[in-house]
Amino acid sequence: MKFTWFNLMPWPDLPEDFREKNRSVWVDIDQALFDPVRCHEVYNDYLDLLEYADQLGYDGVGINEHHQNGYGLMPSPNIMAASLARRTSKAAVVVLGNSIALYNPPIRVAEEFAMLDIMTGGRFVAGFPVGTSMDTNYCYGTIPGLTRERYAEAHELIIRAWTEKKPFAFNGRYTKLRHVNLWPNVLQTPHPPIHIPGGGSVETYDFCLDNTYSYSYLSFSGYLRAKALMDGYWRRVAERGADMSPYRAGFAQTVFVAETDEEAERLYSEHAFYFYNRCLHVYPGFADAPGYRTIKTIQSGNLNQYMRPNYPTLTWKDLVDGGYIIAGSPETVRQRFEELIRGLHVGNLFLLLHVGNMPKEKCMYSTKLFAEKVMPHLRDMWPEYADDGRFWCKPIARRAVPAPVGHAEMVPAK
Amino acid sequence: MITSRIIETRAAPINVLSGGSGPDLLFLHSAGGITAENPFLQALAAKYRVFAPQLPGYGDSGDSDNVRDMLDVTLHSFDVLEALGLEKPILVGHSLGGMIAAEMAALRPREVDRLCLIASAGLWLDAYPVPDIFTLLPREFPAYMFHDAEAGARMMATGGNMNDPAFLIPFLVTNARQLGMAGKFLFPIPERGLKERIHRIRARTVLVWGDSDRIFPAPYAQAFKGLIKGAELVSVPEAGHQLVLEQTDAVMAAIARLD
Repeated sequence: MKFTWFNLMPWPDLPEDFREKNRSVWVDIDQALFDPVRCHEVYNDYLDLLEYADQLGYDGVGINEHHQNGYGLMPSPNIMAASLARRTSKAAVVVLGNSIALYNPPIRVAEEFAMLDIMTGGRFVAGFPVGTSMDTNYCYGTIPGLTRERYAEAHELIIRAWTEKKPFAFNGRYTKLRHVNLWPNVLQTPHPPIHIPGGGSVETYDFCLDNTYSYSYLSFSGYLRAKALMDGYWRRVAERGADMSPYRAGFAQTVFVAETDEEAERLYSEHAFYFYNRCLHVYPGFADAPGYRTIKTIQSGNLNQYMRPNYPTLTWKDLVDGGYIIAGSPETVRQRFEELIRGLHVGNLFLLLHVGNMPKEKCMYSTKLFAEKVMPHLRDMWPEYADDGRFWCKPIARRAVPAPVGHAEMVPAK
Repeated sequence: MITSRIIETRAAPINVLSGGSGPDLLFLHSAGGITAENPFLQALAAKYRVFAPQLPGYGDSGDSDNVRDMLDVTLHSFDVLEALGLEKPILVGHSLGGMIAAEMAALRPREVDRLCLIASAGLWLDAYPVPDIFTLLPREFPAYMFHDAEAGARMMATGGNMNDPAFLIPFLVTNARQLGMAGKFLFPIPERGLKERIHRIRARTVLVWGDSDRIFPAPYAQAFKGLIKGAELVSVPEAGHQLVLEQTDAVMAAIARLD
């Protein structure tokens, strides 16, 4: 198993009546709710937590890209990744990812990911999401009906820029470059492993299979509801005659660990409610620009944003019993994760251990319990695929070490 | 009586609604699309030999991956004209259709001699930002589209239950096909450089605008009037962006100025 400690970096100070007084946490969220001085502290806390996860032995530390919202404060995850490259030493830096349709020219992504791959000494996992409609269409103005074509072209350009080790001309519809020649270029061969966040379209299943990318389902509705979608993916894997390595898939799960189930509810319920009620309060008119989804995907009936549960009415028990969250004692959490891992057949887990407005100390408590009392029991659940290295990074053995803080006071040797 | 037939174009098979007799008139529909039952289309057919092609992605027209931008859709509209064998019909466009009609008249000024732009898209005024129609929920449309929102809501009523997948899925497919195509010309800002080309228009031009248009309010009508030489503006009281439905007779009278 690969465990990635994932942080969305939510804004922690959305007011109690946010839902009633605001139409959306995304796109047109009120500027008056933002405080840059507070954000300075928040970023520092969140980076501390990611660095803490590295020290506790998580396989990866994960971040992602979102724009103009109070749900996740990372318009540029690459900036966070650059910071983590220096202050973590073991965990993979998992950027899940850059919305490649938004960059002009898209070689900007190829360049920055190459820099991160080098800075981390190959401790780097890349992700290429299409991006939510809120981000891609409403914040960044990409035409919905052309988003996927733009994405496909950007993908082709980035992969060629990483793998063709000589200058080439790229005559795309959206990007025309006479001289593509990345310098610096990626460290891992042929390039960093790539994870693709998807929402249930067959096209994305095939895209992952064609390119040996890992398919990630990043939902907040939990593993019970993900079963149908993931079964669809594995059916497609089988139809295509590919191997059934669980590392072909990843799943994001919200999780809270305490000494007992009761303690988990007492410590964390307010933060779960904050997340589900405020951070996910997206105006439906921003959720899905017409043309953003393919007709095939709509026809498949995967209408989760229309049919999603009414979160404000859900109790802690509803969230736990419905599998939206996994919460409780280490033993409870271990059992639930075994069900999840077997049920969805996944090898990559993106653990949302920081949730909503959770303060740093509580999050460290939960993070430590998971690392010490849950993770070791789940570590070897797929022994027959232990050697499958296709979907994870391959760091170099002798990685450079940042000088300790304060080294300027040391006397340089002659 | 309106009939429909499919014609082949490079972009897609195109469904053309047509009917009536009289002078030839090509009508280009708005982002909302058009059907044979449309009362405005029927009014046009009472006086003209009207042709109303559905854009790719609309109604029974096919989808098109090779119509991506304003030039594509403008040339596609000439392809339709050609396939129909029409010579200099009266060219009438509503909203998105007006934007396309204006581009056609600017691109080939000698082939368009009579032009009617109804509540046309195509310009952007910083002082009057156009509402983002791509964020509107079905229940929000009437207030933006009609002078009389309640009567408009009755006209737009889908009669379906959005919580029933059997209704919702076809509704969303239609929406994605139509607005997915319209978005190529209107998203996120409904302006694609017409102001750089509009001076080329030589057609006799009538502009028709609802006084209570909340999508392109009155200053847009004035802007078009200022940019098209000799254009005549007909303002229609008690009419919103869907003036073709709310004040059909007044719009017909305005088009008659091109007779």
